[in-house]
Amino acid sequence: MGVRVVKPGMATTIQDLGRPGYYRVGIPPSGSLDQYSSLAANLLVGNDDSAAVLECTYLGPQLHFEAPTVVAVAGANLPPLLNGEARATWESFAVAEGDVLSFDYLEGGARAYIAVSGGFDVPQILGSRSTYTLGSMGGVEGRVLAEGDWIDTGDTSRATPGRVVPESLRTEHPKHREIRVMMGLFDHRLTPSGRQTFLRTEWRLTPVADRTGFRYQGAELEFEERDPPFGAGSDPSNIVDAPYPIGSIQVPGGIEPIVLHRDAVSGGGYVMVATVIGADMDLVAQSAPNNTTRFVEVNLETALEARRDRSKRIEELRMAVAS
Amino acid sequence: MSEGSKARYSFGGDDHIFVELDNEMSLTANFKAMAITTVLEQAQIPGLIDVCPANASYQVRFDPLQLPPRDLLLELQRIEGEVGDATAFDLDTNIVEVPVLYNDPWTNETLLRFRSHHQDPDATDLEYAARINGFDSVDSFIEAHSGAPWFTSMVGFVAGLPFLFQMVPREKQLQVPKYLRPRTDTPKQTIGYGGCFTAIYSVRGAGGYQLFGITPGPIYDPTQQHPDFEDFMVFFKPGTIAKFEPIDRALYDKYSAQVEAKEFRFKQRPVKFSLGEFQADPDAYNAALLEVLHGS
Repeated sequence: MGVRVVKPGMATTIQDLGRPGYYRVGIPPSGSLDQYSSLAANLLVGNDDSAAVLECTYLGPQLHFEAPTVVAVAGANLPPLLNGEARATWESFAVAEGDVLSFDYLEGGARAYIAVSGGFDVPQILGSRSTYTLGSMGGVEGRVLAEGDWIDTGDTSRATPGRVVPESLRTEHPKHREIRVMMGLFDHRLTPSGRQTFLRTEWRLTPVADRTGFRYQGAELEFEERDPPFGAGSDPSNIVDAPYPIGSIQVPGGIEPIVLHRDAVSGGGYVMVATVIGADMDLVAQSAPNNTTRFVEVNLETALEARRDRSKRIEELRMAVAS
Repeated sequence: MSEGSKARYSFGGDDHIFVELDNEMSLTANFKAMAITTVLEQAQIPGLIDVCPANASYQVRFDPLQLPPRDLLLELQRIEGEVGDATAFDLDTNIVEVPVLYNDPWTNETLLRFRSHHQDPDATDLEYAARINGFDSVDSFIEAHSGAPWFTSMVGFVAGLPFLFQMVPREKQLQVPKYLRPRTDTPKQTIGYGGCFTAIYSVRGAGGYQLFGITPGPIYDPTQQHPDFEDFMVFFKPGTIAKFEPIDRALYDKYSAQVEAKEFRFKQRPVKFSLGEFQADPDAYNAALLEVLHGS
């Protein structure tokens, strides 16, 4: 059983929960950037959390199914078409042998997740099927999907068409987002006015936004003058090359902050001034170019509360989809 | 924290702690990062996901619902105190000979394509590096670069890319700024230089380091087809000691043929590294390391 890729879409990759534990040698966690939507798609077709899905960015693929199965699409508003007929997102539907799944134009968000019953099956590398293109690892030959690719799919015995995620548990896709961050790392290198600018600016996402990082424009941040420490480099935004937290926000040259995501470069020599809290990384994933963002400072307690709220929402999702 | 500690602890969101041990680079700061992260890995703390030693810092990623961040912070500070200046810590590692064709045709072709990104468009990267470090020729600069061994102070940026710091006193450290603007291309296995670090590009891609040469040996093999990668896809680990060995084109071609036949292996030997013994007499210690490598 499996699917043939008729058209690959813009940057479609196989992803799952990711590949934690190898960051010390530069291998990032990878996995679906919007983990909540990816999980929703899996639950809708009766899969385990760890099943692999397709992550589609901006533009959906065209897939030819060579066996009957059940499919669900969640995340961005990327309307599915089955043999040209509209199907709903956040809902599982049956697919027959020979059917073609394609997509209409994106109506909101940035990344849609396609789950098939039994999951997309490629070899596991370091415990994960996730594609990490910079390291040519995982997925289909370590790359984005290409025309003509064949992907095996797994056991369909738990396939269940007609499951729905209720409205209240679907991700909304506004054009402006408030993303919560914890200041820290090298934020002491910003002047008080640089710090204010960072938190007050309405940042606009540039087209340079992919699985590695999301680059924003909007203002220039001012750094404190200093004598460069040995090995740090002369620009005030340089540091001795250090690890980059997933979600950390670096500001090369004081302009264009970059939020690193799950295919992060694992370290480098640019000052980081804040980190997106774990609970809001899914929101970053659904930001599209020209969407605006304000970074809102929270403390550790608020960040942990947000993480617990997200866990609670995931439990609600499991209950709602199972019933 | 230990007496007079320069360490600075910061939360990176709710699921990372970043620890800057020193704001400047030194083998002392790096070795402290190695020692602390080694102790931490051995402790096998539930909820700890990633432990990343780096040049003069380290970072951990954890599940904060399983491992409360402030408890972990206290534990990290306790371990820092226990490790102290790390001079009593011995690191089990390997010393590797890395053959390098300096001034090779492939990186030269690349650097010529990106002259407009460079501080000195009329010179090659090696000529520029030799001049600003006060060497009278490229050959004498290469001699310094390939003389004393290098310590892998961090692995990252992309999968399997080592940053190496030369095991010489600060006054002998080579320093070269990065390109003014990064390149969009660098050949795989390029020997690059930025700040006080040598980097070996594990994959082809963007980069800002000066281009000095190329090694025929693969250092990253995600499909694990080459003999050095039977156990793991990444060759350099934090703490791996490297000695660059200048080779000529004939030897480069010979090694490349071995790589092609999947028969190439780096020459390497296990060693125990002690910072205290190194600091007592760096020249004698390096000479002893090279003796281990050459297996006399």
